[in-house]
Amino acid sequence: MLRLDALTKTYKTGDQALKAVTLAVPSGQVLALIGPSGAGKSTLIRCINRLVEPSSGAVMLGDVDLTKLGAGALRRERRRMGMIFQEYALVERLTVMENVLSGRLGYVGFWRSLTRRFPQSDVDEAFRLLDRVGLLHMADKRADELSGGQRQRVGICRALIQNPALLLVDEPTASLDPKTSRQIMRLICELCAERGLAAIINIHDVALAQMFVARVIGLRLGEVVFDGPPDGLTPDRLTEIYGEEDWEATIDALDEEDEIEAAE
Amino acid sequence: MPVLESDAGPVWRKRTKGQALARWFGWLLGVAIFLWCWQRISDKTTWFFVWDAPDIAADVLSRATPPRWEYIDRLWWPIWDTINIATLGTIAALIMAVPVAFLAARNTTPSAIFIRPIALLIIVATRSINSLIWALLLIAIIGPGVFAGIVAIAIRSIGFCAKLLYEAIEEIDATQVEAITATGASRWQVMAYGIVPQIAPAFAGIAVFRWDINIRESTVLGLVGAGGIGLQLQGSLNTLAWPQVSLILLVILLAVVISEWVSAKVRGAII
Amino acid sequence: MSVATHRELDDMLGTKWRKPAMVKRTWLRWALVIGFVAYLIAAVLSVEVNWLRVWEGLDRGAAFVAAFASPDFVSRGSDIWAGMLESIVMTVASSVVGILISIPIALGAARNIAPLPVYMVCRGIIAVSRALQEIIVAILLVAIFGFGPLAGFLTLSFATIGFLSKLLAEDIESMDRSQAEAVRATGSKWAQWIDYGVTPQVLPRLVGLSIYRVDINFRESAILGLVGAGGIGATLNTAFDRYEYDTAAAILLIIIAIVMALEYISGVVRARVQ
Repeated sequence: MLRLDALTKTYKTGDQALKAVTLAVPSGQVLALIGPSGAGKSTLIRCINRLVEPSSGAVMLGDVDLTKLGAGALRRERRRMGMIFQEYALVERLTVMENVLSGRLGYVGFWRSLTRRFPQSDVDEAFRLLDRVGLLHMADKRADELSGGQRQRVGICRALIQNPALLLVDEPTASLDPKTSRQIMRLICELCAERGLAAIINIHDVALAQMFVARVIGLRLGEVVFDGPPDGLTPDRLTEIYGEEDWEATIDALDEEDEIEAAE
Repeated sequence: MPVLESDAGPVWRKRTKGQALARWFGWLLGVAIFLWCWQRISDKTTWFFVWDAPDIAADVLSRATPPRWEYIDRLWWPIWDTINIATLGTIAALIMAVPVAFLAARNTTPSAIFIRPIALLIIVATRSINSLIWALLLIAIIGPGVFAGIVAIAIRSIGFCAKLLYEAIEEIDATQVEAITATGASRWQVMAYGIVPQIAPAFAGIAVFRWDINIRESTVLGLVGAGGIGLQLQGSLNTLAWPQVSLILLVILLAVVISEWVSAKVRGAII
Repeated sequence: MSVATHRELDDMLGTKWRKPAMVKRTWLRWALVIGFVAYLIAAVLSVEVNWLRVWEGLDRGAAFVAAFASPDFVSRGSDIWAGMLESIVMTVASSVVGILISIPIALGAARNIAPLPVYMVCRGIIAVSRALQEIIVAILLVAIFGFGPLAGFLTLSFATIGFLSKLLAEDIESMDRSQAEAVRATGSKWAQWIDYGVTPQVLPRLVGLSIYRVDINFRESAILGLVGAGGIGATLNTAFDRYEYDTAAAILLIIIAIVMALEYISGVVRARVQ
């Protein structure tokens, strides 16, 4: 459903963040993108919906090449890609409900959105989503009154109300504590399964990625160096992605966590 | 910080000799400039009047008290005008300042090379010139009256409001804007959902702050003929009607205190 | 998820959603809106505009704008030079005196340093200075001391005291207690305590504010001449009275240039002291 063809991004400073990345994501597949800081994970995600303009290559969403689109057509395609951010990126001074409904901005006209008169179907869908993530009672609270985990749930609702075919998820757990991190990851993966969404999840916590996804892509210095199931991430492979380090501890920790999961 | 070697062992000093010397010379130059300035002021002063000043001050004070309270009946209308000059001027200024601020802020300007310098020039030019001078200019162009006062206050306030506002715009959180953009929102929707909520408190604060200042400024605009209570002040001064002058000054003082109180209250409520 | 929340959802589905209003009480909200609109209408209606005069004035306005393109620095060159020099002299002298006086007053107006009686007196001085605008003070001082730059100098010094003392006092009040306490704990005298514990903390801000005040003093000195208190204002007033727009434009351009230069310098200095 999503295909990247030799996607390249060179910044003005001359840094090559992505070196001809080629990747295909079938519909409904959730994949994790791992790699050290500066490997180009964020750039890759942002090149897909063109928050960052790619230098060359193609991004095929279905039959449409996103890199060739004009501003208006790009906006229409962006509606099919929900995005979830690291620091939640909620508009802090708007209410939870406004933040969720802002996911519908691509579908409603300017005046309707300005006067906050969204169609009843959108409002109902927002209520349903907030109920699904357990925040319905918070609907009229301001976003800056929420805790980190709650904010990220609102961020997920905002992405889902777009009715997307694909989720782009940028470090969803980086600002959360370990327990909330797991809850959020589980929620994202459950919702993807419920709705048959494909997702690309940028994540630096390898153990967490292995716990929840079926396919892992390892990125290093803008190149794909690993593409396979989470079991394939041996210490050698991790060294290839992240560089020299003792990886046994991470893998042990993972096993332990599995046991805890089972115990729960 | 240097440590000097001396016969009696190392001596700690805050500065080296050269630095100390340069500092002394700098202070000397500063004092010399100040004395020269004072000399020039002194040359242009009739010191005879100055020695006489305590007597004159006492004389003025005795004539000015008690204030002519019944004169207040003729001040209600000028007070109303004064408030209107400040309020309408502030509103007009804000309407013009918003687009200027968006054009001047680095992250929202359509062109950093062509449009931003023009916006910055508007800000500097309107800010540098006092509202009384703008009033003088406008009276020469469109004649005396309240309208000239409103326009003068409006022009003077554009730069002030636009400067504070564009600084607020430059400080917004870019990821919130990015998140709204990623939903497929149009340019104006991104503005309404991503940027406006972030700068709204700053905007309200600036508006009230400037309104407070404008109340002060509009009380004296009448001195040059631009309407408001300053006209009465000018008239009373010209006829040496000191009891009226003292009443007007009391009214102005009261207006300033009230407007400062209102602005502090409103700002407290917003933040 | 509990059953209760699902019932809540069923109740909410199909209901309209509105952004919660800023003012909760409906009657108060409408009273505020209607009151404000009514005031605006009354205010606009009470402004008498002689549109004919405005229309005629547009030509003069255009002439003035055109004058900015060809300002005349020369024909009244000596007046401009003398007025500008006087403005600068007043600015420098009043800034120096004002800053020197405002430092002790700021110390006295900081609650964490000064005893209560001193605090009240200093706050009183600040309040009076801030409540009176420069131009009104100038009128009174001209009446008392006669025409000339002395009245302007005193006006600006007085205004500087109110501005600088208040901001500086606030800065002293919000300074870091522990640093000051550490110096006091060494057994220092009051003056030593100020020198080592307080000054280093507030000095950068004092420098920044002082330069900012120099900027304001210069701008204000440009209008004091309107009431006879010296400076470029008198020259400017004459130029407007005679409809000599090119001379007026020249003066305004010089003011703008100097203010821009001062702002640039203050930016550089503030960046260096912080």
